[in-house]
Amino acid sequence: MQKMPKWADVALIPLLNLLIAFVLSGLVILAIGENPIKALQTMITGALGSTYGWGYTLYYATNFIFTGLAVSIAFKAAMFNIGGEGQAMIGGLGVALVCLYIPFPHWSVALLFAMAGGAIFGAAWAFIPAYLQARRGSHVVITTIMFNFIAASLLNYVLVNVLRPQGEMNPQTAAFPEATHLPTLHEVLAPIGISFSKSAPVNVSLFVALAACVIVYLLMWRSRLGYEIRAFGLSQDASVYAGISPFKIIMVAMLLSGGLSGMMSINNTMGEAERLVLNSVEGAGFIGIAVALMGRNHPFGVLLAALLFGFLYQGGSELSLWTKIPRELVTVIQALVILFTGALDNMVRGPVERIFIRAAKRGAN
Amino acid sequence: MDFLTIIQIADSALRLATPLLLACLAGLFSERAGIFDIGLEGKILASAFFSAAVAAATGSVWLGLLAGVASSIAFSGVHGLASITFQGNQLISGVALNFFASGITILIGTAWFGLGGRTPSLSGGQRFSPVELPFANAVADVPILGPIYSDLLSGHTILVYVALLMVPLSWFVLYRTRFGLRLRAVGENPAAVDTAGVSVIRLRYAAMLIAGTLCGLAGVYLATGLAAGFVKEMSAGRGYIALAALIFARWRPWHALYATLLFGLLEAIANRYQNIDLGTFVIPVQFMQALPYILTVIILAGFGGTAVAPKAGGQPYVKER
Repeated sequence: MQKMPKWADVALIPLLNLLIAFVLSGLVILAIGENPIKALQTMITGALGSTYGWGYTLYYATNFIFTGLAVSIAFKAAMFNIGGEGQAMIGGLGVALVCLYIPFPHWSVALLFAMAGGAIFGAAWAFIPAYLQARRGSHVVITTIMFNFIAASLLNYVLVNVLRPQGEMNPQTAAFPEATHLPTLHEVLAPIGISFSKSAPVNVSLFVALAACVIVYLLMWRSRLGYEIRAFGLSQDASVYAGISPFKIIMVAMLLSGGLSGMMSINNTMGEAERLVLNSVEGAGFIGIAVALMGRNHPFGVLLAALLFGFLYQGGSELSLWTKIPRELVTVIQALVILFTGALDNMVRGPVERIFIRAAKRGAN
Repeated sequence: MDFLTIIQIADSALRLATPLLLACLAGLFSERAGIFDIGLEGKILASAFFSAAVAAATGSVWLGLLAGVASSIAFSGVHGLASITFQGNQLISGVALNFFASGITILIGTAWFGLGGRTPSLSGGQRFSPVELPFANAVADVPILGPIYSDLLSGHTILVYVALLMVPLSWFVLYRTRFGLRLRAVGENPAAVDTAGVSVIRLRYAAMLIAGTLCGLAGVYLATGLAAGFVKEMSAGRGYIALAALIFARWRPWHALYATLLFGLLEAIANRYQNIDLGTFVIPVQFMQALPYILTVIILAGFGGTAVAPKAGGQPYVKER
C-alpha cells in the first residue's frame, strides 16, 4: 500500500525531522539566554561566509562522508555499526605506519598506499565484531562499542610507548615526511586561477570521499553484491532461501564499513595533522550515525547530510569563538537529529501519512 | 603487598563499583523487560550534572539527589516514548540520548555557572558524607576482621549501602513477585503477557521508571559521593562498562554485583599502579583500562558458556489488531 509519495518519504520527512531538531536547539539557545537567530547568522558567516570557512566545512564534511557511508552500508545489511570511531582510530594507525615507514616518491603514490593502510586497519578492527556476529550471534552493537574503548586504549599505548619520538612530551607520532603532504584545496585551485584560503585544511581527500560516494552507489545499487547486502538487510530469511550466505554478507558489509571508517584517516591524519595524534577522530565516527540516518542510507543523501554536519561543526566552533555558546551545541543538535530521524521517526511519519491519505481521499471524491 | 594495601584497594574497588552496580541494575530491569538500554551512559551523565548543579545552587545534596534522579527518569521517559510508544529503534534512541546528555550538560553548565561546563566544587551539606557503621571504631583493632569491618565496609556514603541493598531487592522483585515474573515474561514473550490480559506497555514503562531511578542514583553518587562536583564527561564510559557487566552477569542481579565488583577492582588496580611489573614483562595501564571490555568480548564470544539475552530484547511490541 502506497501511503505517501516517494518524495515525501525521501525529502519531506527528513526535512521535518531536521526542522524539529533545529527548533528544539533554538529553544535550548533561548533557554541559556542567547539569541538563536544571531547564533544561526554567526554560524552561517563562520562556516560559509569565506573560503576559509568553506575550507573547514568541507574538511569536516570529508570526514563525515567516509563515516556516514560506513554506517549506511552496515545499516543496509541490518547492522548497526557504532564502532566507526574505533575503526577510524585504528585506521589512523594504519595511515601513520604507511606514511612513517615507507619512503614515497610522490604524494599520489603515498595517498594510494595510505588509503589501503587505513582501510585495511579499519576493516581489521571490524573483523572480530563481524565474525562474532556472523558465527556466534553476539550483537554487533555491543561488540563494536567495546572495540571503540579497546581501540582508544590500544592507540594510547602505541602512541605513548611505541611511536612517540624521543623527547616528545605529547602522545603523538613524529611528523610525516614531506613527500606524503597532500595538496590542499588552495594548492589545487591556485594553478587554475581560483584563490582559496591557504590555512583551511581541506585537501584532495575530499575528491576521494566524493569518489567513494559514487563507488558505494554503484556497489550497492548496481552490483550483485550490493543487491545481496540489501536483500539480506530487508529479510534475512528470504535472502537465505535465495541462496545468499548470511556469514558472507555480515562479514563483507562490516569489513566494507570498517574499511570506509578507517579510510577517513587520510583526511584528518595524513591531510590535516600530518602526524597521528591521540584524539584525531574527534567523534566523527559517531557523527557518521547521524549522517547515515539523515541521508536515508543513500550515498547522495549521505553527501548532503555530511555537508550539513560539516557546516554545523565549523559553525559551532565559530559560535564558541564569538559568543558564549559552547561548541557542544553541535552535539545537542546531532543528538536531536539522531533521535528524530532514527528513533522518533514514527512520531513525524504518522501524522504526515495521515495528511497524505486524507488528501488522496479528497482527490478521489 | 601487605594486608593494609589490600584493604585500601578493596575499599576503592567498592567505591568505584557502586555507580557501575546501580547502572547495571538499571540496565537489568530495562533489558529484562525487553528494552535495550545503551543510554545508561547518558543518564548517568545527566544525573551527575543535575545533582551537582542543584546541590551547588541550593546547598542541599538531597535536593540534588531529587534533581539527578528526575533528570535520569526524564531521559528514560524519552527512551520509552521512542521505543515503546513510537516503536522506534531502541539502540538509536539510546545513542541519541547519550549524545544529548554529553552536549546539554555542558551547554547548561556553562550558562549556569560560567566555569566551562564544570559545577563549583561541592562541600559540606552539598555532598554525601561517610556513614560510620555501628562499633566501627570499637572493633578497628581486632586483627584481620577489624580493618575489614571498619575500613572496608564502614565509612562509605549512604548510596553505597543503598546500591548493595538494591541487589537482594532486585532479586526479590524479579524472582519472587508477580510484577517481576511479568516483567521477565515481557522481555521474553510479550505476546503471551498480552494474551494474559496484562499491559505490555505499562510494564515496559514501569521498567523504564525503575531503570531511570537506579541510573539516576548512579549519577548522583558519581558527582556528590565519589567526586565533589561535576566535570565534563565525568561518566567516562561507566554506562558502557555497566552494560558490559550486565552481559558478564548474564542479566542476573547477584551476578551483576560480582561483575561490577570485578570491574571496580580492575579500575582500582589501574588507578593505583600505573604499569604492573611482573618481573618478566610489564602489564601496561592501558591494558588494565581495556580489560573490562576485552573480558566482555570474550564472554560474548561464547567462552565460558553462552550469554543469552532476553529474547524479545530490542523489538518493539506491536499489539495485534
